[in-house]
Amino acid sequence: MQLNKTLKALLVALPVMTLAACSSSSGDVEGGDSQQTNAASNSNDKVDVNTIDRPKTAEEKLQEKYTQLRQEQIVYFDFDRSTVRSEYVELLQAHADFLVKNPSVKVLVEGHADERGTPEYNIALGESRGKSVAKYLESLGVSDSQISVVSYGEEKPMVKSRTEEAFAKNRRAVLVY
Amino acid sequence: MLKHFKNIFLVFAFGMTTLAHAALEIVITEGVDSARPIGVVPFKYIGNGTVPSEISTVIAADLMRSGKFKAVSEEQMPQLPTTDEDVDYDAWVSLGVEAIVVGTITQQPANRYLVKYELIDVLRAQITGGETRMMSNGKLMKSQDHILESRQSVIDSDSFRYYSHQISDVVYEALTGERGAFRTKIAYVIVREEQDKPYQLVVADYDGFNEQVLLRSKEPLMSPAWSPDGNKLAYVTFENRQSQVYIQDIYTGKREKLTSYPGINGAPQFSPDGSQMLVVLSKDKGGATEVYVIDLETRVEKRLTKHRSIDTEPSWHPNGREIVYTSERGGNAQIYKLNLDSGRSRRVTFDGDMNLAGSITPDGKQLVMVNRTLGQYHIAKKEFDSGLFQVLTRTRLDESPSIAPNGSMIIYSTLHNNKQVLALVSMDGRFKARLPVLDGQVKAPAWSPFLQ
Repeated sequence: MQLNKTLKALLVALPVMTLAACSSSSGDVEGGDSQQTNAASNSNDKVDVNTIDRPKTAEEKLQEKYTQLRQEQIVYFDFDRSTVRSEYVELLQAHADFLVKNPSVKVLVEGHADERGTPEYNIALGESRGKSVAKYLESLGVSDSQISVVSYGEEKPMVKSRTEEAFAKNRRAVLVY
Repeated sequence: MLKHFKNIFLVFAFGMTTLAHAALEIVITEGVDSARPIGVVPFKYIGNGTVPSEISTVIAADLMRSGKFKAVSEEQMPQLPTTDEDVDYDAWVSLGVEAIVVGTITQQPANRYLVKYELIDVLRAQITGGETRMMSNGKLMKSQDHILESRQSVIDSDSFRYYSHQISDVVYEALTGERGAFRTKIAYVIVREEQDKPYQLVVADYDGFNEQVLLRSKEPLMSPAWSPDGNKLAYVTFENRQSQVYIQDIYTGKREKLTSYPGINGAPQFSPDGSQMLVVLSKDKGGATEVYVIDLETRVEKRLTKHRSIDTEPSWHPNGREIVYTSERGGNAQIYKLNLDSGRSRRVTFDGDMNLAGSITPDGKQLVMVNRTLGQYHIAKKEFDSGLFQVLTRTRLDESPSIAPNGSMIIYSTLHNNKQVLALVSMDGRFKARLPVLDGQVKAPAWSPFLQ
């Protein structure tokens, strides 16, 4: 189901993106001239012609949102858990969408743990976090050949203090492109 | 009747300016009161200039750190004798001291020194008056059975610390009947954030002196483990953006890649005979974290565990026929014992929320582990026969326990002032000490086997 949706979205999105690319590139290269010409033909001393923004399609809005979401590359986990929390579903959809559209792009999922527990246990925990994220991406249609997982356990904390807040920041999976 | 003197800080300053950057103190945090008083009298120096190193301070620190002895300070000593002939036994006995070490250091040509020392049982000497007569081969012989050891050796100026540790081994064994472990080493990982290659694999004397960096890396290093001959370390490196197990000869620097599978390559442990290695891999379909054994000669590997949940932290029984490992198969992480002949696993820990990182004492009788109870991680032990379980530490976020080869002490990594440091606890939990704070986060200590 999920895959089907994503494929449909892709079919819709691709022409839109291509169009957008064309118009923006022509605007960049020779837009100066043509726009001036347009403006000249539509506006003169007697009238001013203005435009309003065309409402964005749902797909365009989604793509904007995804682009925004993809700025965030970290998924946080509960203590001693490796299940992806529901709040990260959209974030991972955004990354999956990008990866599905760009099959040559590869992503490395780094799994991390907080310092509680032993280093060896945390390596295993970090890996199951990385794999949870990888599996989620695969369920959204990303090829497993695009994803690799590495666990750093508790060896690379993002925040180096030992408060509950710091621990929460360190229990994470990071998508590295 | 455990009376703990908390926060008694005894600081020994070693007069070694050349090692000023290294370990300069030992902080004993608990348990001095239960130790046996001993006098380590400063050795008299006979020669020019100053003595290269104070032998007696090293011996005193060793004996204190064993948790079994309390060294009398120089100010408290009733006299500073250099041989048995000068000793006033009564004066020492009245201090509560049971034995003293006395000696001399005599300068020799060519930067060499003659060190003579005696270990004197002052209690026995008080009874015998320093001399007894006994029958030997039908003859009446004079005996000085209160002199437990009397030895001498010529050493060079670089060997003072090593020879001091050797004297500590002799004294410790004479007084406890147990082999000393003062000439052993520890391997650990230190993270020096400010350096270009912050992750460093290090070997030092067991007391933290003579640190030598064996490997510097930009990426994490983990899990150093000694070969039983003390010549090699196995460890985990992330230098190639994935975990890999390497073996490195600590004397030649030769490195050898053991495993480099997709997923986890971790937790190496040499078998007691050195022919095999336990490792943790997650390469198999389904990707569970499993324990494997690899024959180091043929490189043939065999999977030892098979479960969907995490199986990790394998460690050998000294008999080489059993291992313990951590598994989540029962829900929370607990320690299981696997018989390699029968292939059967049996859960061995039941106390607290979780038990992790098990290792078995050299006599095979006890299990040392990290225990989590009410969210606190501490070092604990369990006697296999009686089932007696005891939490040994009270520090924060304790992990990576490693047992001394004589089974007397455990070194582990803990948090102190928001910094990872190494700490020691005696096997009975009564004595606790912190190793000197170094210039980085110190973790994953591994105590070497006996090196002589």
